[in-house]
Amino acid sequence: MEILVCAKRVPDTSENEIELNAAGNDIERGDLVYSVNEADNYAVEEALEIVERTGGTVTVVTVGDDDDEEILRREMAMGAKQAVLLSDEAFEGSDGRGIASILAAFVRKGHYELILTGVQADDGAAQVGGMLAAMLDCPFASLVTSIEVLEGGKLKIGREIEGGNKELYEIDLPCVLSIQTGINEPRYVGMRGIRQVASVPIPTLHKADLGVNGFAGKAAARVTRTDYFTPTAGHGAEMLTGNHDEIIGKLIELLKSKGGLT
Amino acid sequence: MARIFAYIVHKSGVADDSAAELAAAARQIDAAQSPAAVVTGWGADLDAVCESLRSTFSEVWKIAHEALAYPNAEIVRQALVNVLPAGSLVLVPHAHFGTDLSPGLSVKMKAAYVPDVVGIDGVDGAALKLVRQEFGGQLSAHIRCDISSGAVISIRPGAFKALAGGAAAGQVVDKSSSAGTLVSKRRYLETVAAETGDVDITKYPVLVSVGRGIQEPDNIPIAQELADALGGAVSCSRPVVDAKWMAKSRQVGSSGQTVKPKVYLACGISGSFQHLAGIKGNPFIVAINKNPKAPIFRAADIGIVADILEFLPELTQSIRER
Repeated sequence: MEILVCAKRVPDTSENEIELNAAGNDIERGDLVYSVNEADNYAVEEALEIVERTGGTVTVVTVGDDDDEEILRREMAMGAKQAVLLSDEAFEGSDGRGIASILAAFVRKGHYELILTGVQADDGAAQVGGMLAAMLDCPFASLVTSIEVLEGGKLKIGREIEGGNKELYEIDLPCVLSIQTGINEPRYVGMRGIRQVASVPIPTLHKADLGVNGFAGKAAARVTRTDYFTPTAGHGAEMLTGNHDEIIGKLIELLKSKGGLT
Repeated sequence: MARIFAYIVHKSGVADDSAAELAAAARQIDAAQSPAAVVTGWGADLDAVCESLRSTFSEVWKIAHEALAYPNAEIVRQALVNVLPAGSLVLVPHAHFGTDLSPGLSVKMKAAYVPDVVGIDGVDGAALKLVRQEFGGQLSAHIRCDISSGAVISIRPGAFKALAGGAAAGQVVDKSSSAGTLVSKRRYLETVAAETGDVDITKYPVLVSVGRGIQEPDNIPIAQELADALGGAVSCSRPVVDAKWMAKSRQVGSSGQTVKPKVYLACGISGSFQHLAGIKGNPFIVAINKNPKAPIFRAADIGIVADILEFLPELTQSIRER
């Protein structure tokens, strides 16, 4: 099966304290650690496992600039055969619909039977996969936690719903699936693996190569972010301060009064 | 102002809690307009839901079709595209069903899409001003959405206070004849119930809940020892289950268990809204996290900035020595 995985380079929120920049229009990006969006690793792993069972190849694609090549190489080190960077000044400022339209233009040039995305990225939007499917007139499922390849151009998939329950569907190929974290155990990528793909050329496709429709870019964006701000607290926690002994003393008294300790 | 519709998620003839929250969000977009509910389904369950919504919505658009008996988002989307007027504002709850429906619905309605909205700041010309959160809830963002061609807005569950219902004065309008031919390339088979685990975390008054901050499975006994000292159980957040360090049955959150303990110790948990959605009954929440910016500190009663791998053993020892 020919499988395409859409990936994104994001600031690693588990490793970083995200701070507002002085102007308030972006985050302070200077010292951030970037990595591939965690959910996208699960999507690549799932694609690799399907190809190991049924044959075919895995291609990874991202929309971005030269900095984004590093995540494509990481996913190639996992085992993806090819990677493609979609990059153009005209793509800057695209909203989710714009990004989906760029990916749709790329997909139309190939012959992918299955397209995977991570469940969501740093903006928590979870939107590009579903939009891409609708643009391609393909069926879509989100929050996918299992994939079984059936005969006759179909998959049996599970998707996560409330309470840890799971819905099972049969879905026709080609289709787009957004992959939930935890579906598999993404393989480890060591420095050696990264070095092996360090000089593999990664083709860059521009707007003119793709024939992107009018949704891409800042002017076409219907959804724009005006600024960031620090969220207002709910009621906000009372912070216990001092050395650990002092904190623990206060905490034990609180736990007693709240029924956590008898 | 375009007409506002609230898509109603329901099960076994009962509307989801999100219905009255969408009604409240709609009022914040346009106080002058009485929003309409749109409900898809089949049979007596659908009729019961429509009837129950008459106290919250002035109009309830009912779309009945056998193919809509189970809420398969791919089929629901087709029905909504066929029935809803072009240019509408459609509100959908941002949960498991909404993420399946909303992005594709916006494309097919040629409308804008803003996911996971937590606040509404009003309308400015053709722009609807909204608030979202990014970076795992560490920062909020002001969003402008051009609604001149309509929009699909997904609303975070719990972000808006439910609108109180009035008299059952709303009118049920049957739109089923406009639903069109409903066929899908994605066919529902069955629902598999969650596995039950060795420990039922919903039964304990105290939960020591661990997140990514536990760092490796060998550290879980640190949490277990504290739980034992407190007479509680160890639960966890999603990354711990994803890493296969604990069973799915231990996961607290919208995709896991819903718990109602007296005391909840969130240890190394950032506090995503999906995790917080699984904590009910207003327990006393203590958050311990290295990152002072972690969103969990906005939901907790007591916050402690510390490395749980150092702090938890010290706490356990102090409790044992009392």
